[in-house]
Amino acid sequence: MSFSRATYLPARRPPVSREGVSGWLRQNLFSSPGNTLLTLFALYIIWLTLPPLLDWALFDAVWRGEGREACLAEDAGACWAFVVAKFGQFIYGRYTITERWRVDIVFITGALLLALLLSERTPGRRFIAAFALFVYPLIAYVLLNGGMFGLEVVETSLWGGLLVTLVVAVTGMVVALPLGILLALGRRSELPALRFLSVIYIELWRGVPLITVLFMASVMLPLFLPPGVNFDKLLRVLIGVALFSSAYMAEVVRGGLQAIPRGQYEAAAALGLGYWRAHVLIILPQALRLVIPGMVNTFIGLFKDTTLVMVVGLFDLLGSVQVNFSDANWAAPQTAATGYAFAALIFWTACFAMSRYSIRVERRLNIGTRRE
Amino acid sequence: MGKKAIWNDPRIRDWGVQFLALLLVAGFILYVTFNVVDNLARLNVASGFGFLGHTAGFGISQTLIEYSESSTYGRAFLVSLLNTLLVAGLGIILATILGFLIGVARLSRNWLVAKLAATYIEIFRNIPLLLQILFWYIAVLSNLPGPRRSFHLADMFLNKRGLYLPAPVAEPGFLWVGAAFLLAVMACIFLRVALRRRQERTGRPARALWPMLGLLIGAPGLVFWMMGMPLHFEIPEFRGFNFTGGLRVIPELLALLLALSIYTAAFIAEIVRSGIQAVNWGQSEAALALGLKRSQSLRLVVIPQALRVIIPPLTSQYLNLTKNSSLAAALAYPELASVFAGTVLNQTGQAIEVLAITMGVYLSINLITALLMNMYNARIALVER
Repeated sequence: MSFSRATYLPARRPPVSREGVSGWLRQNLFSSPGNTLLTLFALYIIWLTLPPLLDWALFDAVWRGEGREACLAEDAGACWAFVVAKFGQFIYGRYTITERWRVDIVFITGALLLALLLSERTPGRRFIAAFALFVYPLIAYVLLNGGMFGLEVVETSLWGGLLVTLVVAVTGMVVALPLGILLALGRRSELPALRFLSVIYIELWRGVPLITVLFMASVMLPLFLPPGVNFDKLLRVLIGVALFSSAYMAEVVRGGLQAIPRGQYEAAAALGLGYWRAHVLIILPQALRLVIPGMVNTFIGLFKDTTLVMVVGLFDLLGSVQVNFSDANWAAPQTAATGYAFAALIFWTACFAMSRYSIRVERRLNIGTRRE
Repeated sequence: MGKKAIWNDPRIRDWGVQFLALLLVAGFILYVTFNVVDNLARLNVASGFGFLGHTAGFGISQTLIEYSESSTYGRAFLVSLLNTLLVAGLGIILATILGFLIGVARLSRNWLVAKLAATYIEIFRNIPLLLQILFWYIAVLSNLPGPRRSFHLADMFLNKRGLYLPAPVAEPGFLWVGAAFLLAVMACIFLRVALRRRQERTGRPARALWPMLGLLIGAPGLVFWMMGMPLHFEIPEFRGFNFTGGLRVIPELLALLLALSIYTAAFIAEIVRSGIQAVNWGQSEAALALGLKRSQSLRLVVIPQALRVIIPPLTSQYLNLTKNSSLAAALAYPELASVFAGTVLNQTGQAIEVLAITMGVYLSINLITALLMNMYNARIALVER
């Protein structure tokens, strides 16, 4: 006589409380009295914030209008008409209107290059990267500034809006990367003098707020140069931002260098590679790959920090938005909030997209190490 | 074997490279110094720190210590430094509370709460801080109604001129209450040390939370009652066109505090989340298996380990907050960057000295914190065998 069953029992359905929508609700939202209370509290917060926000941004918003009249109505929501009317200024600043196509070309090529670089499947990414790093900035400079090939010169004091934001952020990053790599190598060097200088440089920049650096760039830099030599303000700010972010970049790269096991250095030395060849061929390619997420995060920080150039009198996206509040034609209660909402939306979209990208890269890097 | 060329000798080459680097840096510094001296002479700008003793001649809207237009630049520096420390200190407290709440909410088993916290984090950390500060200041606070129609909750009033709070006013006997509190703190420390010793000797756990709380609240409370309650609140009153009396929080400070703490809290929340997640689940299971209660396992096993992960990045967030308080320069909250590196710099024209002092202050705050942090890290570092 056997007590064990020879056939399977038919599978029973899970209890109602664990299945379907109601089951999910019960498990995730109402599993206990305390949990229910929390859910109700969260719902209350949502009810408190979401409907007024939607009302303001969409249902009560003013979309069309030539001036403030439309936005003056009692209980009017966001004054999007203001953003529509000033859109050109927010993107290009006071850049000569007939020359704005040049900015468009720079934007579109930049976006194209970025898209090609971000995709894994692009053939010849290395050449595209080299083009983006070395050739594209030159083309962009010639196009934006003019003065060559019959292009009219557009003073940098006319630049503004998203254009300045992107110019500051991208230039800052492109210059900071090589500088940061050198500084990181210096900080990990065996030569005490180099290490000392790198540490001083990095800690000095990291210890002060960007605003003081910008003050320094706009007020002190002219004093550092021989009398008579003077840069324009945008260039001074660019130098300040690049030096500042190179210190942060150095710390990111150093993190990557530290993650490379000793064996890699030893193997490179055993192969007879000297310091530079070992680093360029063996160490850096691995270390830089590891710190792509960190670099993206640094760039996000830099991108957000470009708004500070407003304080020294450059008109980036935020500055252009802000400066238009004083336009009497658009003076309405919701103008400021709408302008900020627009700027916030652009910054948020860009930063959020970049942070998602960085998370994705991180996951992919982790897969590689998990397989080992 | 041929003789090695001198530039191929690694020792000589190392020295050479370092010497060259130092020479370059020294040369650069010299070059800059010469240019600066040249430029200053040409522009006829005074140099040196003598200006700190000159009369400032401008008013400051929020002063924690006595200050008037006839005070010196040095005094103005102190006032602005205190204002920086005030906003940084308050901001750190608020951001920590908010950040911990949201970080824990992010890990909640309640789906809605977790998603809400995640939304908060993603929204606020991806919007530039300066934008948030200006938003609160220009779009929210200056859009508030005037004093006559201010919002109020109990005796607190909020209008476009700021937030008015009841101000505590100490009467003569209040000093004794403070003294009682200090004594209670000392007694608590003594008690704690004694209990620790006893625990090490006998193994009986040191549990003194309630007696300590009783001591800390009871002793000053008793003295307070015995002295005849020597404290009253001065309630802001609406007179004529504005409020008088009470404690006024200027809108600049309010906007700065709101933005700084909301922004930094998003980062702190992420740090708290990753810190708690970094503690292996096995740790709490092991603690439960050892017979610790859930609260004990949290207090004695999980939180100490999570803190080890949380505290270093948390400190750097605190430093970021302190440095970010300099964004006040955009809205004229009278702190270091706006008063000293702004007004004073413009009035005296001594850019180098003023900026050197300003940067020096931030730098020393940073370096001192880093030093303390390293000491702390060394103390809590895992001892591996």
